[in-house]
Amino acid sequence: MTGPAAPREVHAQLNGVTRVYPAAAGQQPVHALGPIDLELRKGEFFAVVGPSGCGKSTLLEVLAGLQRPSAGTVTFEGKPVSGEVAEGIGVVFQEDASFPWLTVADNAAFGLRRSGVAEAEVRRRVDDALAFMGLKDFSRAYPAQLSGGMRQRVCIARTLVLQPRLILLDEPFGALDAQTRLLMGDEVLRLWRRTGATVLLITHALDEAAMLADRIGAMSARPGRFIDIIATGWPRERDSTIVADAAFGAITAQLWERLRGESLKALGHSTMAAMAAE
Amino acid sequence: MTATRRAADTLVIVIVLLAFWQALQQVAGSTALPAPLPTLAYLAQFVASPRFAASAATTALELALALALAYGIGLGFGVWMGAHRLSGAVGEPILVALYSLPKITLYPVVLLIFGLGISGKVAFGALHGILPVALLTMGAIRAIPPVYLRSARALHLSPWQTIGTVLLPAALPEVFTGLRIGFTVTLLGVLLGEMFASKQGLGYLIMNAMSLAQSEEMLAVAIVLFVFAAIANALLLFIEHRLHRRA
Amino acid sequence: MTRVGAIRLAVVVALIGTLEFFCRFGFISPQTVIAPSEMASALGSLLATGAINADIERTLGVIVIVIVLSVVLGFAAGVIIHALPRLRQALDPFFATYYAVPIFIFYPVLIAIFGLSPMPIVLIGVATAVVAVIIATLNGLDRVPRVLTKVARVHRMGTLATAVRLQLPAAAPYLFTGIKLAVSYGFIAVIAAEFILSPAGLGRDIADAYANFDNRRMYALILFLLIIATIVNAALHALDMRWAERRSGGRS
Repeated sequence: MTGPAAPREVHAQLNGVTRVYPAAAGQQPVHALGPIDLELRKGEFFAVVGPSGCGKSTLLEVLAGLQRPSAGTVTFEGKPVSGEVAEGIGVVFQEDASFPWLTVADNAAFGLRRSGVAEAEVRRRVDDALAFMGLKDFSRAYPAQLSGGMRQRVCIARTLVLQPRLILLDEPFGALDAQTRLLMGDEVLRLWRRTGATVLLITHALDEAAMLADRIGAMSARPGRFIDIIATGWPRERDSTIVADAAFGAITAQLWERLRGESLKALGHSTMAAMAAE
Repeated sequence: MTATRRAADTLVIVIVLLAFWQALQQVAGSTALPAPLPTLAYLAQFVASPRFAASAATTALELALALALAYGIGLGFGVWMGAHRLSGAVGEPILVALYSLPKITLYPVVLLIFGLGISGKVAFGALHGILPVALLTMGAIRAIPPVYLRSARALHLSPWQTIGTVLLPAALPEVFTGLRIGFTVTLLGVLLGEMFASKQGLGYLIMNAMSLAQSEEMLAVAIVLFVFAAIANALLLFIEHRLHRRA
Repeated sequence: MTRVGAIRLAVVVALIGTLEFFCRFGFISPQTVIAPSEMASALGSLLATGAINADIERTLGVIVIVIVLSVVLGFAAGVIIHALPRLRQALDPFFATYYAVPIFIFYPVLIAIFGLSPMPIVLIGVATAVVAVIIATLNGLDRVPRVLTKVARVHRMGTLATAVRLQLPAAAPYLFTGIKLAVSYGFIAVIAAEFILSPAGLGRDIADAYANFDNRRMYALILFLLIIATIVNAALHALDMRWAERRSGGRS
């Protein structure tokens, strides 16, 4: 399979979505996000990059149904999303969400066990997911005995077991070192191809976005809006060695060109932002 | 949530508790449990009486002596076990085990050794107070960054100078927490001691009032002690916070 | 056994041995303290005759009731208060001062109301222990990482399921600290109450033996209580250590 994927049906959609946090005692309301318009196509890998505080995580949580938008609509598979996480959506968070009181295998099985699937099937899927994430030897270990990267893999395995059709990842590799992140990027690509799911990845690392995604949305500083959406055109069968491709450098440069000014704004250097906009 | 709103909420709780007390009194009858207002009236005139003053003086004396002992011995042990790794490692579990024991079981032994006078209560109170002071002082000393000690050696300080001018000031905030908790448990120890085989003190006053079915006096003394302990604790806490902020 | 453990054992044995020596050779009068070996043999014969079985049952029974009540009420109250932040803030000054005041002096008042039954003892025991459980519960629930509540919603779990399957296990180490405290405070309060004034129980037994100058019986009972209290506290501590290891290795 080579060449960019042909345009596919819309899987999830955000229309005119904004999110305003109500005022805390003695302060102004915070306009955190939007307005955002986004169409996620079925089976695509979409990355969102932007300066810190621009509302990327808020975007993910609104899409997942963890937060309600202050305005606009969210749909998933044609149905509106509001206040509840829809079936078929999986989320991997930035913080370590592994349960310290359960073994790796029980962690992975957690969501599935509750949905009434037969125990034999649960075990089959868990073994499968753990093998896929390279955790088979650790199935009876506890998270406290594992490294940070491995604990994130446990969280991914827990999501994988539920066979979600839309996978949302909120800076899952933020706490890991650079080399581990590149390897984890490969893992996510394998995951994407294996499940055929639609993937939305939030990251602050431009190279990570450029390497992994079919399309990249660049967000402005708060309140976050998409200032550009760049298509990478990568083939589906790709991995981290793509960093050697000439196009990779061009894409990363393009992203930085769009985002540099926004990042300065986020840092609070208003005069330098004015200079960068020239 | 502003400070006044919080204070108002707490006041509401206090009023609810007083109302509850009043309701309980209806159920229990006033020989067993007098109502809030009569109790407070009795308290006001009782606190001024010489009988109360004599008992309070005894308890105060016992408390002061017990605290002196508890603080002195506790600090000594704490500094030693904090500075000397091996003693600390050996002794800490022993102290922790002693801390959770019902020390009242040892009170008869204390009485046999120290007799029925003031020294028995002082010893019993001190017995309670030594443990938290020692444990927290030990923890505080252990937490001192080793670089301080190296600096003291580089400055040619003698061991006593090091303890007095470097270790204790550095450890002071946490040591003070030990002193505060030590105050609370020492007071409790002294009062417990006075409630048994004693003829003096506020603890004795309560037991005496109970045997004479004078519930107002029982409650009055209890309230006085509560207020005293709460104020003392608040004061010590205030100092403790100041020390922490300075640290 | 580690080197430190061996030294500790040696220290304890040496202390007991010194006491034994001083008692045996008359430096300490048996009217004051009897030799440890005497205490042990007195306890042995007391247990063998079954003379104190009724008192043991009564004291331990009351203690167990106090612990169970404190833990159950304390957890329930802690969960409710945690869910109502305004109530929690209003109660804060009380929780902060509760253990600074000598609650136990309320015991005679309870006797005046309820008479010489187990009731005042149970009440003072629960009053002493329950607030420690509430505070531990509040702490534990505070420390449930926020991300876990989000995971619960991703898995579409209801409030009860979230509480039981996520918040409870996540808060468990702190809840266990509350149980440890409830046990230790329960022991202390019940025995103190029995000692000061009670119709029955081991505490009352010790007070009687003291009043009757019966040192053998008194020390036997003291030894018994100290052994039981030490074993229970040590067991809970060991459990706590095992759990703490499993929870916190490498996590930051």
